[in-house]
Amino acid sequence: MKRTNRRDALRLGAVLGSGLAARGEEPRSLGTPLSAYGERSPFVKPVRTMRQTKTPEAGSSATPLADTYGIITPSSLHYERHHAGVPNIDPARHRLVIHGMVERPLILTMDDIRRLPSVSRIHFLECGGNSGGEWQAKNQPDVQRSYGLASCSEWTGVPLRLLLEEAGVKAGAKWLIAEGADACKMQRSVPLAPELDYALLAYGQNGEPLRPSQGFPLRLLTPGWEGNVQVKWLQRLLVTDQPHMTRDETSKYSDLMPDGKARIFSLPLEAKSVVTFPSGGQTLPGPGLYEVTGLAWTGKGLVTRVELTFDGGASWVEARMDEPRFPRAFVRFRMPWRWDGKPVVMASRATDETGYVQPTREQLVAARGMNSGYHFNGIKLWRVGADGVVTNVEGA
Amino acid sequence: MWKVLSAALLFSVVLGAQSAKYGAGRAPSAEEIRALGPTVGPDGRGLPPGSGTAKQGREVFAARCARCHGDKALGDVGPALVGGKGSLATAKPVKTVGSFWPYATSVWDYVNRAMPFDKPGSLTHSEVYSAVAFLLHLNGIAGETEVMDAKSLARVRMPNRDGFVPDGRPDVKR
Ligand code: HEC
Repeated sequence: MKRTNRRDALRLGAVLGSGLAARGEEPRSLGTPLSAYGERSPFVKPVRTMRQTKTPEAGSSATPLADTYGIITPSSLHYERHHAGVPNIDPARHRLVIHGMVERPLILTMDDIRRLPSVSRIHFLECGGNSGGEWQAKNQPDVQRSYGLASCSEWTGVPLRLLLEEAGVKAGAKWLIAEGADACKMQRSVPLAPELDYALLAYGQNGEPLRPSQGFPLRLLTPGWEGNVQVKWLQRLLVTDQPHMTRDETSKYSDLMPDGKARIFSLPLEAKSVVTFPSGGQTLPGPGLYEVTGLAWTGKGLVTRVELTFDGGASWVEARMDEPRFPRAFVRFRMPWRWDGKPVVMASRATDETGYVQPTREQLVAARGMNSGYHFNGIKLWRVGADGVVTNVEGA
Repeated sequence: MWKVLSAALLFSVVLGAQSAKYGAGRAPSAEEIRALGPTVGPDGRGLPPGSGTAKQGREVFAARCARCHGDKALGDVGPALVGGKGSLATAKPVKTVGSFWPYATSVWDYVNRAMPFDKPGSLTHSEVYSAVAFLLHLNGIAGETEVMDAKSLARVRMPNRDGFVPDGRPDVKR
């Protein structure tokens, strides 16, 4: 055995006269050395898409949902939504002031905050305007641009409640006015509602300090509520008895109804899901086996069920959800699927622990009209054509 | 309206705890709070001294705002700040300061915090009163020489004051 191999090798070596021939394989060159800060493979290219605007400081960029695995969004790909750019804050100089209707007004350094008992939890964050184009069926071509103002991270911070108890909230207080340290000093009124039991003053994201575009060094995190209220670069919490009716809760992020009235402080995000494979802009190379997958989430606790339809909503089958599931976090769902090459209209539908079932776009429009702009959570239909090309169904 | 919302509050924070458990941080000085700038409630609470009229505001607007919002505030790089009255219940609603915003105090607060977009914090408080007075005048809400200050601004009744209602969800009928 050994002798034969050597004889073969000798023969080959004689013919080619090279080391390659002698071993029957390419010699290997060394890889790159250690690096202080990791980069992804140069073969991996997904990036955030940015909405065209003349004022990119008041813009948004969307997560490439179809290119992420599992439930955690890489911090570099977390969606962004700012109203006055990303400030560059030295954490040593950052302060949080808690004042107003409290027994003990407080000013805290980041060190003061990090010394307090903290927790780490996985939560999604979604812009109240995510998939807003769907209201009027002005659909974007792909899931990134239509659903990508949603991401999910592990956040680390101090429970809001702990710091409010440190300050001693006075009887009669009903609201917090949260203010950021960005150029526009973003302000939102936050009701002292039961959901704040889950709220954090977050300084960590996916194992490292918050990214600047997510509020470094400190943000408010109110899991399950629309992103805008979770004020980034948090520098002030004014405890008070009235909401301030700030621009970003009146002019923006309110839901205009057909009767001309607008719903205000519509903060919780209702159950929502979307199929990310196959999804708009993708092409299936041909019939055969695929794994249909996507993401589901709800601001109301746990996603308890995700169903898929392959006949435009006539019938539904239950998808498998990855475990463990976390409340107010992305849930990854999957189902093996053999495509026979015929056109198909598919979609996902999420149910949450309150029994709420994700509605169709028609049901939402019947309830709220087409001009409410925010908080769209309708079922998203994708059409797979006989050519394998995946496109929008509504508004296509 | 927000009173309806507040009625259901149950947040489990311990009210008025007599002592701090951890003793985190320290008490801020009055100057440290003041340095953060005003916070403005819809009842006018927090509005600082200063005043201005639409007449004065016309100049502030031309010099500091028109570049982005247009000479007549009809919108350009920045959104339209006038018009849209009566459009909210139509198929093409136009939401502006005049047609949509429920409180004039919020206009002061927003312009003071966030405008001019590329240099927020560069106006004096009186220039902000003037710019707001001008926007109210353009929208037919205030006279040209009406003085806007902490008291009068809080008294302004915006056309859409009663246009906001509590969240009605879950609202989908199956
Ligand atoms: C460099 C351009 C620029 C200048 C100068 C500017 N703005 Fe703006 N303005 C904007 C942009 C952009 C927005 C939208 C910001 C956002 O969406 O967060 C805006 C929004 C506003 C809004 C909110 C509109 C709404 O309905 O929500 C008001 C009010 C406003 N500006 C007033 C002013 C006033 C008053 C001035 C002058 C003191 C001014 N702006 C100067 C660009 C500008």
